[in-house]
Amino acid sequence: MTNASITLTKDQIDELGRELDAIKLRVINDLGKEDRDYIYNVIKAQRALEVGGRASLYLGFLPPFWLAGTAALSLSKILDNMEIGHNVMHGQYDWMRDPALNSKRFEWDTACPADQWRHSHNYMHHTFTNILDKDRDIGYGILRMDETQRWNPYYLGNPAWAFLLMTFFQYGVALHDLETENVITGKRKLSENKALWDGIWRKIGRQTLKDYVLFPALTGPLFVSTLTANATANLARNLWAFSIIFCGHFPTGVATFTQEETENESRGEWYIRQMMGSANITGGKLFHILSGNLSHQIEHHLFPDIPARRYPQIAPEVKALCEKYGLPYNSGRFSKQIGSTWAKIFRLALPIGSQDRSTKPPAVTVVDKKLRVAA
Amino acid sequence: MTALLPKRSNRSPRRLSPLRRLEPLRLFEALATPHGVDRYLELVNPMLTVRELRAEVTAVHRSTLDSVTLTLRPTRQWRGFKAGQFVNVTVEIDGVRRTRCYSPTCSQYRKDGLIEITIKRHPEGLVSQYLHANAAPGLVVQLSQADGVFHLPALRPERLLLVSGGSGITPVLSMLRTLCDEGYSGEVVFLHYSNGEHDVALLRELRELAAQHGNVRLVLAYTDATDGDLTGFFGPHHLAEVAPWFAESHTYLCGPPALMSSVKAHYAEAGLTDLLHIEEFQPAPIVVDDGEPTGTIAFGDTTAENSGETLLEQAEAAGLTPEYGCRMGICFSCTQVKTSGCTRNIRTGELHSDPDEEIQLCINVPVGDVSIDL
Ligand SMILES: Cc1cc2nc3c(=O)[nH]c(=O)nc-3n(C[C@H](O)[C@H](O)[C@H](O)COP(=O)(O)OP(=O)(O)OC[C@H]3O[C@@H](n4cnc5c(N)ncnc54)[C@H](O)[C@@H]3O)c2cc1C
Ligand code: FES
Repeated sequence: MTNASITLTKDQIDELGRELDAIKLRVINDLGKEDRDYIYNVIKAQRALEVGGRASLYLGFLPPFWLAGTAALSLSKILDNMEIGHNVMHGQYDWMRDPALNSKRFEWDTACPADQWRHSHNYMHHTFTNILDKDRDIGYGILRMDETQRWNPYYLGNPAWAFLLMTFFQYGVALHDLETENVITGKRKLSENKALWDGIWRKIGRQTLKDYVLFPALTGPLFVSTLTANATANLARNLWAFSIIFCGHFPTGVATFTQEETENESRGEWYIRQMMGSANITGGKLFHILSGNLSHQIEHHLFPDIPARRYPQIAPEVKALCEKYGLPYNSGRFSKQIGSTWAKIFRLALPIGSQDRSTKPPAVTVVDKKLRVAA
Repeated sequence: MTALLPKRSNRSPRRLSPLRRLEPLRLFEALATPHGVDRYLELVNPMLTVRELRAEVTAVHRSTLDSVTLTLRPTRQWRGFKAGQFVNVTVEIDGVRRTRCYSPTCSQYRKDGLIEITIKRHPEGLVSQYLHANAAPGLVVQLSQADGVFHLPALRPERLLLVSGGSGITPVLSMLRTLCDEGYSGEVVFLHYSNGEHDVALLRELRELAAQHGNVRLVLAYTDATDGDLTGFFGPHHLAEVAPWFAESHTYLCGPPALMSSVKAHYAEAGLTDLLHIEEFQPAPIVVDDGEPTGTIAFGDTTAENSGETLLEQAEAAGLTPEYGCRMGICFSCTQVKTSGCTRNIRTGELHSDPDEEIQLCINVPVGDVSIDL
């Protein structure tokens, strides 16, 4: 991560914007049967794992079957949420005009209702990525993930809150759009949440009925064994999804922005914010698929609506563009990224590092705007 | 599969009372949540569905050089059709689903429950070319229930005139076959226009029907050949010759735009518009995109002149409040169904001209007349 100040002219930024637009256009013009076959193959694998996993649990009194069933179900939920659900709901497959994979109609196998996710994630997070006080994914309203968030004694519990969020991640995500922190501070009225609550209860009801009542009951005497397996699968998915998602924006070297810095942003500047506000994880093909290709968070934030299998294909070009303009391209092994994320969670539990932003030297300067790298 | 009973009635028969399937289905749906049972079944066998209507191509037949006739076996959700109605057929072409209307050509009483559609290959047409070249037994397509008001009245009139041209033969052929199956005894004149004999889809079947039913008169009018029953384009004298009683009965018409407009003009002049029933095959309008904003935009019941701005801005200028988020094309909150017309994506330059296509309002500008389902 360079610490030197980078100065780019307006023309350079516009040029970068055009070069990135061209990459996207090329991918869009190339979309076709291969992309459809790919996502359907992932879906087939996920459904087979799910059916196989649930079937194994009928023999759940034999430990290998319980383990295999639980593992298959965990993988099924991970694929469903990451490579399928998250990406389908971004509209990555809307061009196929297949109602089963339509961004507005898709539901995923987790507690959060799809429509609320689309609002909090596709719109809020992806539009206002890493803008302080606008992107509620910075700390999810409960954690201190940036120096500029003013410290208070509540944040002494930062690691504990993070651990709880990780364990119950699906419910944390489900409650995200309620903006509870804004209700507490009076910025949002409780009544605005009524319809959201109804949706959340309905979805949680259906998910609970399936995983904790019907499937366990269908295995008769193995009720408890199946219920434990299903709970474990949900937990495994929670741990994995939390880890991948936290690696996307919180490792060391990822930049955050103030609202003033991002006013009247040009397309090129928007792209730069997306690149500097995201971090990639290196790994093998299977790892990328299980992460929903969020291991290519930079490419995903540049082009959230192109099929995720395209991210690894365009990554070398995006990286080359970053080098050309002297911009950081934050990428590292999973252990490094998750390690630095947890280090930040612990470090920011304490009041240190909470200096006023204006006293901190800029690491990257774009024309006269100051885009800083949070330590 | 239960066959469609050859009942002399217009009602579409139902296969199974929905109540009898309800209980186990509800359990399966609760287990399959949030995806739905069909999303699992289709991976094993696309013809195994609980809710969705699909059809498998069981036979492919090419009766003329530029047309193909497909026999389809629908899944059990199919509720039958009235002769003259159409179905939506959806196929995947290079990963993208494309939907087009086709009017079944068979009798609505066909005993085996299969339906038959005949597709004319258009020189630049996407779906018709694809099906003409690739349709083979085993292909599974998405199907819609039959729809459309172009069908015979429940109380059959004493005499009927069926006029068609080119591929417009399909809905009226279905009417003819249905009438024959019913034992309809009134006079039917089947007047069909084509370039010449080689161009008449299903000619053999037509001749057989006419030979077997004394009340059916087949009149073939050729515009490029002289060996037909009539020669040249439609004119009032054709009607005077083959159905002098046309002013006292109902006429059903389907064909190319030129034929349709001359027949329509003739009926309008004679004050007989009420007796003329028409079906238009609506070819996609050819759009010229010179960047100049033209046309009228309909957002549901609200209309506005095209200002050249994005559809989201134009909808808001018209006093509407459609859902939106990023306003820059990334969140898909503003997606709505464009029912007709053509739009241009300002990010990619891509033109969207299919009817009933989903588009993002914030990054699409209208090219000519556009209707949005708001
Ligand atoms: C109610 C109803 C019933 C119908 N029933 C039948 C039926 O029974 N049988 C049947 O064959 N059809 C029927 N049609 C028409 C059918 O739905 C399709 O419109 C037809 O098959 C053409 O579809 P396509 O995808 O091949 O053509 P499209 O790709 O949609 O093109 C439409 C037309 O535009 C022309 N075109 C396309 N691109 C260009 C270009 N760049 N330059 C110039 N011209 C171009 C094509 O030649 C074609 O004529 C029916 C339509 C309706 C509305
Ligand atoms: S408003 Fe976000 S895509 Fe149109």
